[in-house]
Amino acid sequence: MDGWVEFALGRYNYWIVIVLMMTGLYIVFARGNLVKKVVGLNIFQTSVFIFYITIGKITGGTAPIYWKKDVYYGGDHGDGHGDGHSSEDAHDANATHEVADHGEASTSLHDKIDNDLATNDLKAALENVEADHANETTTLHEAPEGAEKIANDALAASGDKIESSFKVDKDALEAMKDTHAEAGADAAAHGAAYAESGLQYVYSNPLPHVLILTAIVVGVATTAVGLALAVRIREAYGTIEEDELVAMDNVAEFGGEAEAAAS
Amino acid sequence: MNMIAQLPVLPVIVPLVLAPITLLLPKGRAPHLYATFVSWATFAACIFLLREVAEAGVLSYHLGDWAPPLGIEYRVDLANALVLVLVSGIAAVVFPFAYRSVQLEIDKHQSPFFYGALLICMTGLLGVTITGDAFNVFVFLEISSLSTYALIAMGARRDRRALTASFNYLVMGTIGATFFVIGIGLLYQATGTLNMADLHDRLAGQNSRVIDAGFAFILVGIGLKLAMFPMHLWLPNAYTYAPSAVSAFLAATATKVAVYVLIRFLFTVFGFDFAFLGAAFTWVLLPLGLAGMFVASLVAVFQEDVKRMLAYSSVGQIGYMLLGLSFATVEGVSASLVHVVNHALMKGALFMAVACVVLRAGSHSIHAFAGLSKRMPYTTWAFLISGLSLIGVPLTVGFVSKWYLLTAAFAAGHWYAGFLIVASSLIALLYIGRVAEVMLLREPATEGKYVIAKQDAPLSMLIPMWILVAANIYFGVNTDLTGDLARRAAEALMLTAGAG
Repeated sequence: MDGWVEFALGRYNYWIVIVLMMTGLYIVFARGNLVKKVVGLNIFQTSVFIFYITIGKITGGTAPIYWKKDVYYGGDHGDGHGDGHSSEDAHDANATHEVADHGEASTSLHDKIDNDLATNDLKAALENVEADHANETTTLHEAPEGAEKIANDALAASGDKIESSFKVDKDALEAMKDTHAEAGADAAAHGAAYAESGLQYVYSNPLPHVLILTAIVVGVATTAVGLALAVRIREAYGTIEEDELVAMDNVAEFGGEAEAAAS
Repeated sequence: MNMIAQLPVLPVIVPLVLAPITLLLPKGRAPHLYATFVSWATFAACIFLLREVAEAGVLSYHLGDWAPPLGIEYRVDLANALVLVLVSGIAAVVFPFAYRSVQLEIDKHQSPFFYGALLICMTGLLGVTITGDAFNVFVFLEISSLSTYALIAMGARRDRRALTASFNYLVMGTIGATFFVIGIGLLYQATGTLNMADLHDRLAGQNSRVIDAGFAFILVGIGLKLAMFPMHLWLPNAYTYAPSAVSAFLAATATKVAVYVLIRFLFTVFGFDFAFLGAAFTWVLLPLGLAGMFVASLVAVFQEDVKRMLAYSSVGQIGYMLLGLSFATVEGVSASLVHVVNHALMKGALFMAVACVVLRAGSHSIHAFAGLSKRMPYTTWAFLISGLSLIGVPLTVGFVSKWYLLTAAFAAGHWYAGFLIVASSLIALLYIGRVAEVMLLREPATEGKYVIAKQDAPLSMLIPMWILVAANIYFGVNTDLTGDLARRAAEALMLTAGAG
């Protein structure tokens, strides 16, 4: 029973989507007023926007980093997708991100740790290291290129490097390494490890957002055309109630037939 | 800059960029000449593209030079090259044809908007056909649909029912497009990609309810757009009250492109690995195709309005295309593709003949056709020949389509479908025969509002119309081009779908 409740509550966005979708469709079909129909269509489309934004949220995912054209890091597909469908994918991408971060911009690693681990020791240590070993960053920068083929290897390598040269908080590093070591293993266990280590965060995949921006533009255009048509219909018929329009069209058609019969 | 390398993008980019310029032109003749020129340029690009694809195989164009699974890809194989040539070819014929008809039916000050919208509509249809990206299909589908709503509403100057027809189409079309987007979203959720070829790879072996639901949403969404039998209610009014030239263009292209999208999704994206596909063929496409063939054709027999009759006939003809698909064999799919092309040729010519009658008689009621052979002989014969083609008389393209369909039906073991195809052709004989009887045997009206002078349509309309009629006969005799290309296209499609 608890499982079901959790299942239902954990997916509350989907319930919103379904309720909005059905409300919108119902308005389109049940309402005779043309403007209300357009509003119904809008609500219907809004449900799709929410749906797309929902699938764009990935627990534990990060932005895919591409070094070169056509070269993917850490598995075949960088952008994690789906809600828990592809947490493995997402974590691969995450691992990639880590590698890239260690190598390229220590500030970003620094930010991440600041946000997620909130380990002040580590942060302080890193700051020191940044000041002291400025030239180390350049070697790190090259590290991923040397270990381009297998993300995990690169990860381990850069992890080791950090360990040896940075001498930061061992515990934090162990936690990170453990998590990384499991990448590619059991995805669920992996997620749990993330949750325990406090690294749990929600990533917004930009692609569905871009798609839905496009769909919003299309929706606005459709609404505009629909309302413009409603205005023209009111000019031509004097009403925007569907029943009356149908009745008037029927009269027009019967009138036409009566005329034809007369001629 | 190598032109050949840029070729695949031209059919979309040329009309898309050039269409807005129409609005800046002085009202009257200029927008028409300009739009005609653009449509011819697009047609030329599509012809080159078809030749290139027929020789060199599949072309892939990366927009912005982003490699396919990430960037948007235009992928041209034989199936869509054929549809591209069809759409742009019909446009190249309809644009010169449209001038006199539009002059009569649309306000002069609206003419730049009319031609601009028609160009955008063509762009959308070409874009839907050429793209290899699932979400891009939606965007182009809406580009063409939105301009179509505006074009249909422009018929309001003659009959205000065009407005309600356009509004209903807008509601149904938007629901269809939104269903399609939901389906794409579900597929994206399951696979994380939008590229069609990539989708196919990633869907292989996956079997979840998410994908099943996505498939159902996509099928219903495209079904609404292509006026699949019980979802066709928007079509008759839209085609009846639209300006005549628009009816000719839409009837020949819009639903055909939707059929192509259906083929693309069923075979290229889902493929036979997808367990639901067989059930969809047997329990959805086959019965609905057959039902459309009969119900819509029967409704067509009882129409007083010739345009509405042709519109219902279109719904019936879409039934044939769905039937061909549902066999899921090379023969069936190639029959379907052949019928897509052939039906465009015959419906285009038929709606053009009606446009000529509207120009002279001012009406598309069947009463306006009385004794037409004595008043407008060239138009009458154009209507009759393409009408015979619709029925499926030998030496016309209609016969070729029916022949391919029959062989496919028997080869697939659906012998009853073969008989039903012949039976429904007899219904086409009924409704075309009804108009033929009125045109040939009745005396022209001498009083009342349907009196017409003995004067045929102007040459600017007769020539494009007869080009289509000639195509009806030419491709009916010489089936090498359409039949061979369609067969090769179908083979390629079935190969990607994973048959055999």
